[in-house]
Amino acid sequence: MTLEGFLLLAAALFCVGLFGALSQQSIVMLMMGLELMINGIVVAGAAFWFWVSPGRADGQVLVLVAITVMALEMAMGFAVVTALFRARDVDMTDDAGDLRG
Amino acid sequence: MEAVAFWVLAVAAVGAGIAVFVVDSMARATFALLASFLCVGGELLLIDLHYLGVLIVLMMIMEMLVMAVFMVMYMMNPAGLMPMTMLHNRRGALAVSGAAFAALAAGVFTVPWPRRAGRPPRDPTVALGEAIMGPKMLVMMVIGVAILATMIATVVLAAHRGRYDGGDGTR
Repeated sequence: MTLEGFLLLAAALFCVGLFGALSQQSIVMLMMGLELMINGIVVAGAAFWFWVSPGRADGQVLVLVAITVMALEMAMGFAVVTALFRARDVDMTDDAGDLRG
Repeated sequence: MEAVAFWVLAVAAVGAGIAVFVVDSMARATFALLASFLCVGGELLLIDLHYLGVLIVLMMIMEMLVMAVFMVMYMMNPAGLMPMTMLHNRRGALAVSGAAFAALAAGVFTVPWPRRAGRPPRDPTVALGEAIMGPKMLVMMVIGVAILATMIATVVLAAHRGRYDGGDGTR
């Protein structure tokens, strides 16, 4: 186990998520891509804590914030999808390209 | 031994992450994402982050089960009975993400990372608890307010009446 190995894993997870966020048509699938990207940030934060500054808790706090952001992103995303589905009967990004009041 | 566990979990995490966008069923995609999160939780356990690793495992099991329910609610073909594709700009997305991975991997191996300062505490969970209840309390307060704001916002957004409805149910 090395810092480079963990960072490589984080980069791979982030880029797989980036592919999903860019390529998926469904908003729910797009959110899965965003979750994978945050997953990569969690791995990188934990690796920096362990290999760079384990004496301070900063890296752990960053991981805690990233996990919270992950949960909030999912909750807000589903609420927006629900509102969008009610208003327009769509759940695809291509049909929701504009915001109408 | 730990290095073997790390690489097995790492390959499994990335493989499950790729599977999310390859499988033809929403339920399978959700559980592939869950597998990726569980592997990352295992990776955190390997570097002594027991609390955060278990937190990810427990939280993601619940989160993905909720996501599976939403998948079945909103998406076509939740069980994979009919093949489907829901991609747009696949080639562009592959190029962008591939270039991003190449740049990040190059950075990982060329940046001279700082030397390790300090040693891991005997109990990292205690260190985290003392940090967020002491010098990092502002982070905890912001997280708390953000969770409360999200709870209110999600209910307002998802409620049938919406934001501006007068209450008679018609818009």
